[in-house]
Amino acid sequence: MEAFLHQIFAGIANGGIYASVGLALVMIHQATHHINFAQGEMATFSTFIAWALINAGWPYWGAFFLTVAISFALGLIIQRTVLKPVEKAPVLTNVIVFVGLLVIFNAVAGWIFDHTIKSFPSPFPKGTFFETKYFSAHDIGSIGVTLVVLVALYCFFKFTPLGLAMRAAAQNPESARLVGVRVSWMLGMGWGLAAAIGAVAGMMVAPIVFLDPNMMGGILLYGFAAALLGGIDNPWGAVIGGFIVGVLENLLGAYVIGTELKLTVALVLIVGTLIVRPDGLFGKAVVTRV
Amino acid sequence: MNASNKKLVWIGGLVLLAVLCVLPFLVKNFRVFQFNMVMIYAIAILGLNILTGYNGQISLGHGAFYAIGAYGAAILMDGAGVPYWATLPFAAVLCFVFGFLMGFPALRLGGHYLALATFALALAVPQMLKYKKIEHLTGGVQGIVLSKPEPPFELSILGQPLSADRWLYFYTLFVLLIMFLIAWRLLRGRVGRALVAIRDHPIAASAMGINLPVFKSITFGVSAAFTGVAGGLSASVVAFVSPDSFTSFLSITLLVGVVVGGLASIPGAIAGAIFIQYVPNVADEISKSAPWAIYGTFLILLMYLMPSGAAGLVSKIWSRLRPASTSATSSPEGKLS
Amino acid sequence: MPELLEVKGLKASYGPTQVLFDIDFALAQGQITTILGANGAGKTTTLRAVCQAVRTSGSVLFDGQQLVGKSTESVVRMGVAQVPDGRGTFTALTVEENLRLGAYVRKDKAEVAVDLEKAYARFPRLKERRNQQAGTLSGGEQQMLAISRALMLRPRLLLLDEPSFGLAPLIVAEIFRILRQINEQEKVSMLLVEQNANLALGLAHQAYLLETGRIVISGPSETIRNDETIRKVYLGH
Repeated sequence: MEAFLHQIFAGIANGGIYASVGLALVMIHQATHHINFAQGEMATFSTFIAWALINAGWPYWGAFFLTVAISFALGLIIQRTVLKPVEKAPVLTNVIVFVGLLVIFNAVAGWIFDHTIKSFPSPFPKGTFFETKYFSAHDIGSIGVTLVVLVALYCFFKFTPLGLAMRAAAQNPESARLVGVRVSWMLGMGWGLAAAIGAVAGMMVAPIVFLDPNMMGGILLYGFAAALLGGIDNPWGAVIGGFIVGVLENLLGAYVIGTELKLTVALVLIVGTLIVRPDGLFGKAVVTRV
Repeated sequence: MNASNKKLVWIGGLVLLAVLCVLPFLVKNFRVFQFNMVMIYAIAILGLNILTGYNGQISLGHGAFYAIGAYGAAILMDGAGVPYWATLPFAAVLCFVFGFLMGFPALRLGGHYLALATFALALAVPQMLKYKKIEHLTGGVQGIVLSKPEPPFELSILGQPLSADRWLYFYTLFVLLIMFLIAWRLLRGRVGRALVAIRDHPIAASAMGINLPVFKSITFGVSAAFTGVAGGLSASVVAFVSPDSFTSFLSITLLVGVVVGGLASIPGAIAGAIFIQYVPNVADEISKSAPWAIYGTFLILLMYLMPSGAAGLVSKIWSRLRPASTSATSSPEGKLS
Repeated sequence: MPELLEVKGLKASYGPTQVLFDIDFALAQGQITTILGANGAGKTTTLRAVCQAVRTSGSVLFDGQQLVGKSTESVVRMGVAQVPDGRGTFTALTVEENLRLGAYVRKDKAEVAVDLEKAYARFPRLKERRNQQAGTLSGGEQQMLAISRALMLRPRLLLLDEPSFGLAPLIVAEIFRILRQINEQEKVSMLLVEQNANLALGLAHQAYLLETGRIVISGPSETIRNDETIRKVYLGH
């Protein structure tokens, strides 16, 4: 029984990370109607930056926040420079550009920081006061950080004028322009935010899986499974989906498929959702006019 | 086309064929191997193009079908002693089934979501291939080592012997011509038009009586079959299959090949194949440490400058030279579902 | 007194298709001007051209400043608000959020709060539904919302694109009554584009008639209304 509970709790902890990645994917999709394939690689790159700062002697939280800020800026800059020329291009063109970014980030991370696996410190090491029998300190801390991020995002979007403007720009760019919202910059900020969230996810997951250029590949997939499960255009759905995916992944890995096939679990979840409930648990069916 | 034009095309074709037949004897074995890979990639890209270019379904997971075809052929040759030339139909059927199965859940997705879902497939496959429980079949992490088929007779042209690589060149060329012919017949007729109709106006197409789910799934299957044949060929040409040969990067590379060659273009597949075979080498020359970064940069620049690929560029130049003629070819820049 | 809005030689195109051919019109401060015309005449395009939401050339002077070449967002920041055709409601946002967005570019928070209350006073039904999703409102209510949102900018110029479209006559009459009130009390200048000529001529001071991208008639609305030939040929009665 204990082992079972432990799997569930570990799943919830991982789920927080998948929730973050899923949320980032949904956010960018809502704002731009694109999925950022490079999300995982950008998050890995951010985590490397944090690692470099910490290695250079920065205190953890200082490095953390600076990395988040740098990631935000990077996301914003990339949207304004690399993506702007293809904003109106067909989907496939955009996919190739995203793929290009993915490959560049992956390669540059490997080049600057080399391919050896590195350990990444957790701000919640063993022995931190809130450690319990079932949750390791990092698990709890990680869930805590995820929740803080999610609450902060919610408040930002719901209560600030800028958040309102971003929502408006995503839903109805034409009308948003008519009230003076600089829609293009909102797109850029959406990317910046998503990059920042990705950085947080990366820094939370690195202590567990260790840091190397391919760290986030599978996690991106879980994030997508989370977003899909929650109903692809529903931020809350992505969050709940993330936790569900985390628990399922752990349970299936421990009791059914074995831990070697974790990516297959993600694939099965994705395909399964699509077959059984394509609109996800909380999504709305989309009706299109001919 | 009038009679004299047709004659020209035939003569041109025969000359080309003659050149192609002599070519492998003019260069070293290693170059011949590279030519073989170009042809294999061309078949794989053609397969993906059927799905993505003509039918508008984006797949970032075709490396999986390539892998299934390769492993299928390898297991047959290594485990069951099946001769190399008999493995291809098996690879085709196997991949058709998997492709069709993948097609059904994919029906609900479009655009980026489909790309991501197929990406999931691409990421999962190497892990599945390493799975311990089927290691006896797949060779696990080490994969399966094969031997290149020996040429059935001795031959020497221009002083160069008919080596295994050269024999495989002709074998691959033969398969290439067959696959391209099949694709040509399929895509130029009603099937091709139906595919494009589904791509550009799915709801209208369905209202006209095209059974969308079945058609789209069959398209997935056929596309997978083509790529699977390419994979099956690669088992003989490379003489080695391992999980790490078929990572997600392969799937990415194939999609790049489609876009670079040009969507909905059969000859474009060859341009795309040449790109994905040789440009990484060029990138490697430019930067030993981060060739993929250069590659990625090439991709992005290509999308800015030549979004409709080589075929698009050629047709743009062609229409500038011959403004009077109009043709009813489908525009690949239509919407992708 | 110089005109608030002076348009000369305005051309507009959607891609390769030209829609407006050298049109001239003007709007005086505090006045309501209407542009009439049948479907496809180019009325909506004219408003979009003023807002720079479509490719234009020529001259659009707003209070002496050239608008051509600016972005829509900059034009809005200069005090031009538009009530677009189809209302342009942010359907997934609440009524109050829609209104607040109208004041997005303003920095005077206290005054924005005052204007918000004014909007609710003018349209009590909006106040009732302030936390409801705007997409659930009826057509008439969405129109009220669209107008209120535009007014939240405290615009100097209000552009209205077919405000009567798809609404029941009673509601339309109410809306036009309120528009006149706003013009008289708050001195907001308005450029009104309408298919319903009667309504528009009853509200506006000046009128222009647009036919396939060209101005064919212009003058005080009283004159146009009473001219028999114009009424027969262009207005259908």
